[in-house]
Amino acid sequence: MNEILEILSENAKATPSEIAALLGMSEADVAREISELEEAGVIRKYVTLINWEKLDNSFVFAVLELKVALQRKTGYDAVAERIARFSEVDSVRLISGDHDLSVTVRGKSMKDIAYFVAEKIAPLEGVQSTCTHFILKSYKENGVILTDKPKPKRLVVTP
Amino acid sequence: MKQSLKNLPAWNANTHLNQVVKAMPPSGIRKFFDLVSEMEGAISLGVGEPDFVTPWHVREACIYSLESGNTHYTSNKGMPELREAICDQVRKDLGLDYDPVEQILITTGVSEAVDLAFRATLNPGDEAIVPEPCYVAYAPDIVLTGGVPKPIPTRLEDEFRLQPEEIAKGLTDETRAVLLSYPNNPTGAIMTRADLEDLADVVVENDLLVISDEVYAKLSYSGSHASFAQLEGMQDRTLILNGLSKSHAMTGWRIGYALGDPALVGAMTKIHQYTMLCAPTMAQVAALEALEKGDQEMLHMRHEYDLRRRLFVSGLNRIGLDCFEPRGAFYAFPSVQAWKLSSEEFAERLLREQKVAVVPGNVFGQSGEGFLRCSYATSREELIEALDRIETFLSGL
Repeated sequence: MNEILEILSENAKATPSEIAALLGMSEADVAREISELEEAGVIRKYVTLINWEKLDNSFVFAVLELKVALQRKTGYDAVAERIARFSEVDSVRLISGDHDLSVTVRGKSMKDIAYFVAEKIAPLEGVQSTCTHFILKSYKENGVILTDKPKPKRLVVTP
Repeated sequence: MKQSLKNLPAWNANTHLNQVVKAMPPSGIRKFFDLVSEMEGAISLGVGEPDFVTPWHVREACIYSLESGNTHYTSNKGMPELREAICDQVRKDLGLDYDPVEQILITTGVSEAVDLAFRATLNPGDEAIVPEPCYVAYAPDIVLTGGVPKPIPTRLEDEFRLQPEEIAKGLTDETRAVLLSYPNNPTGAIMTRADLEDLADVVVENDLLVISDEVYAKLSYSGSHASFAQLEGMQDRTLILNGLSKSHAMTGWRIGYALGDPALVGAMTKIHQYTMLCAPTMAQVAALEALEKGDQEMLHMRHEYDLRRRLFVSGLNRIGLDCFEPRGAFYAFPSVQAWKLSSEEFAERLLREQKVAVVPGNVFGQSGEGFLRCSYATSREELIEALDRIETFLSGL
């Protein structure tokens, strides 16, 4: 895998000069490669991983499982892209198994999400059924364990 | 108490100590340990172990094994499955065959293997050549056997690789063995196959045993690790010592091993069975898991060390602390000779003034004077902060 991407996927704040030092490259080369990756759409956005559960009145998240009728020519794409345009929707994925689309939704409350699904998603042409799973607690997100305990200590000086 | 015993001298433990142990100086690292321990906000580059916690699948396998009640002794030599797994690994890594029954001993850390190697091979008065700077345990272990450590220098201009002339200079009629420890703690130096080949003549002409501590072998950053045992005809006279502490972030588990001639390994096994009996069973189970399923995590950790190595070594050179490129282990060994301070003065002032702990090079032998051992087995953020602090320190010198 591209080493620059690997570093940025761990830390979006890594600067070209830091990345250059880690990889033994010049800063200019790193900066150029990053803008190429941005232009090619490989890098889409630099985001912050937030543990929303630490905040009061934060968001409610749900995973929707949708069964979708395949459409001539457009397959799943047309309905998936329609769903993706809603700002309440965090992710839309075509999955294997019992269901067709897995959709994560963010809302202010369970009621908000329930209404959103009932009013916006379920009635869509092609959506045959929906099943809403509210997320109760998040243990790990994007490779980061959210419930981690403090790191065990090493001796400060050893041979 | 009987009246007659009352006027005898009081108990004094010092009169009951072994003379060799009594004469042994304490480790030079101790002083820095004490200083750093009581300091708030210090960054320690003085730690000779991975900052990674042992991968979860390894810990989980050990927990499961304990739950299953796997708490008995193993065979003296270690679990047969583990011995076989190690022999398989060594065949893959070095292309060498070792018999898992006769030619391997699982030890309680490489430390035990080092001790056993000297005890099994040196008679009182026998000399072993110890290239310095090196890990602090070799010389004391030799002294404890009644042997005589013969320190010989390695130098910056040779990138701290052992030179055959230096071995020759250290030879006497009593020389029995030469120690190799590459990739090296504290310098980070490695020896390539060609470098090792240069040593073969002097080793064979003088019928020396080669004791090769290869615990950092997996942490080689330019090409794969070379072992003296791989040279033509050298496998039998080389005793390979290795373990999982550094490669798999398993320091606290204490699992090492020795590979070599059946007679040598057999002699070490005799001592091991009377002193250790066997390496801890739960740690052996964990080691087996690490060897069988731990490659991905091991490679990930090595990659991370490599990134930090580039970051840190280029950083040291940028701020004016000259450092040759270490190609193995997780240490940088910059020179402080430009500042007319001893390693120890430099390290102590750096710690007191900027709260960065490093280990003065002289701790690892006389030829380490003028250098500092900096471990980069710590987070990138800490390394960057440490570089800033060292730069500030240098500007005030």
